[in-house]
Amino acid sequence: MSHVAEKPTAFSSALDRRPQGGPRWLDDLRSRGAAKFASLGIPTVRDEEWRFTNASALGTIDFVPAGAISGAAERLNGFPYTDAPVRLVIVNGRFDTTLSRMKGLPSGVHAGSLAVALRDHADVVQRYFGQLADFTSRSFAALNTAFVQDGAFIHLAEGAVVDTPIHVIFVSGADGSTVMAHPRTLIVAGANAEAKIIESYVGTSGEMYFTNAVSEIFVGDNAGIDHYKVQRESLDAFHVASLHAHTSRSSRFSSHSFALGGKFVRNDAVAILDGEGGDCTLNGLYLSDRDRLIDNHTIIDHAKPHCGSHEVYKGILGGTSRAIFNGKIIVRQDAQKTDAKQTNRALLLTDGATINTKPQLEIFADDVKCTHGAAIGQLDDDAIFYLRARGLTYAEARDMLIHAFAGQVLDRVQVQPLRAALEAELFEQLAKDLAEVDGKK
Amino acid sequence: MSTLDIKNLHVKVEGKEILKGIDLHVNVGEVHAIMGPNGSGKSTLARALSGHPEYEVTAGEVLYEGKDLLDLDPDERAREGVFMAFQYPVEIAGVNNSYFLKAALNAKRKHYGQPEVDAMEFMQLVQEKAKLLEIDKSMLTRAVNEGFSGGEKKRNEIFQLALLEPKLAILDETDSGLDIDALKLVANGVNAMRSPDRAFIVVTHYQRLLTYIVPDFVHVLSGGKIVKSGGKELALELEAKGYGWIDAA
Repeated sequence: MSHVAEKPTAFSSALDRRPQGGPRWLDDLRSRGAAKFASLGIPTVRDEEWRFTNASALGTIDFVPAGAISGAAERLNGFPYTDAPVRLVIVNGRFDTTLSRMKGLPSGVHAGSLAVALRDHADVVQRYFGQLADFTSRSFAALNTAFVQDGAFIHLAEGAVVDTPIHVIFVSGADGSTVMAHPRTLIVAGANAEAKIIESYVGTSGEMYFTNAVSEIFVGDNAGIDHYKVQRESLDAFHVASLHAHTSRSSRFSSHSFALGGKFVRNDAVAILDGEGGDCTLNGLYLSDRDRLIDNHTIIDHAKPHCGSHEVYKGILGGTSRAIFNGKIIVRQDAQKTDAKQTNRALLLTDGATINTKPQLEIFADDVKCTHGAAIGQLDDDAIFYLRARGLTYAEARDMLIHAFAGQVLDRVQVQPLRAALEAELFEQLAKDLAEVDGKK
Repeated sequence: MSTLDIKNLHVKVEGKEILKGIDLHVNVGEVHAIMGPNGSGKSTLARALSGHPEYEVTAGEVLYEGKDLLDLDPDERAREGVFMAFQYPVEIAGVNNSYFLKAALNAKRKHYGQPEVDAMEFMQLVQEKAKLLEIDKSMLTRAVNEGFSGGEKKRNEIFQLALLEPKLAILDETDSGLDIDALKLVANGVNAMRSPDRAFIVVTHYQRLLTYIVPDFVHVLSGGKIVKSGGKELALELEAKGYGWIDAA
């Protein structure tokens, strides 16, 4: 590796010129974020949470805060479900009023710019903002906090139910310079509210930039949030993101993460089940090829009794790509009758691809059900032969098995046009990867 | 007309020679039963004919409709009309059974330059053949063989046979593990598929199956060779005397 260690001064000049203004509490928060990042620095592989992911390259590049970019509208083209009827478009971290469309949302549902909400929904924002994305130990959350300026804000009043999915699209673009953006999402769902919310991160391939996103989601009593994350950044981009969800009594939260882009990708998903009888699903599907790296770290924290959690992460790896899966399940002393299930599977298409996987169970209650399983490997030879014995060619048999592998996560997507677009996108990429595998035979 | 012509076939599995010179001639429309004690090479013969990669042919020749069968990949053999009903059908998670059946049917159709089966036609075909083997709807919508009972798996194999209408069907111990009701069902399915245009090789350990699927010829395999051939009465003789007298002979 050519990168020796992180520069202690990483991002220091940009931090000096971090955004100012807005309410005083926010300015204070930014200062604390900046100070914390200055002391934490970029994590090294000595940090247990970053053992297999060397982020030091980030400290060697002089990223500048992103500004406006050319042709933002065109940059949405071709990405999954960007033609959604309700969409919030955030370009390089700034809410774009022209490209966004919020018409047709029922009363009690507000979706729009976070910067505007800091003014117009000051009380709600102040009450929830930063409550989940703890930055005292998370470097990149600290960095994001230091640069907070804009992003998406979605608020569902008590009992508000919205059928139309809300698509939040973060577009990043470099326009020739090496830019970074620190978008922020805050979603607050009141009691009995329900919504489907998609966060997409997209960027034109060939462009190199850094997205450092933080999302916080509060799910009220008996509310249900069906959340999707579609990461389809430029294949040369750095993408670091953390998703933090908090559930209440009898609330339902599901998050489905699709990681299809990026050169260096780190996803953290943290769910705190903080009310009795809650239910949480964290699913993920990632595709890596070339020399890309995709790191998924998840934490499901059972804090209260009678909660269920279901987690399935699946990866398809080609080239010399690397993946990391670290799934932690915490069952607190109070959280009796917890039912937690975690499954992690990876399919290696090439000899050069590697994955490090680690389930972590920390159980402090005695009447719980927790299962986890990991399976890494190639396609099942017996299944391939069975399909060939019925007339399918090797390639057809293999494709059918890979589709089935991915289908178990894809089929859970409740937004039909999104599912169709993701499927098309995934299999188009897979076809290229498999053609490459075949070519080398 | 000859469907299959096996001459001096030698097959190795994991470095060990199992078949040591098999000669077998199967004409179109005939049903041949292959019997023999455990380890005699019955299943090896079935699997070698289907092209399983772990079964290495070290000598001999197999002509299928006059062409070199051993030169074909397993999927080419299948598309050319060779079907093997697996002794242990494989479970395939996430692949819907009827989706799989359609893909298999279309692979064959494509091979013969026919258009893909349309949804209506496929439904009708499936319903017609499903009745024969008492395949219920849930077996079609579930993943291939996943969670199927032993009997359901074997019925699903014969169901595929019925759907794909091969020219040569090889049944690899299809009767093993079946109770009498399931056995009758499977045998009825096979009998319904008997035709002057189709040949069968029925590999079995027990004579019981041959009460329901009455063969034209019975061959006894022992030590990797066919040691005795005869008509259907040979099966009864084996049932009465066991395999011991074969080895002694």
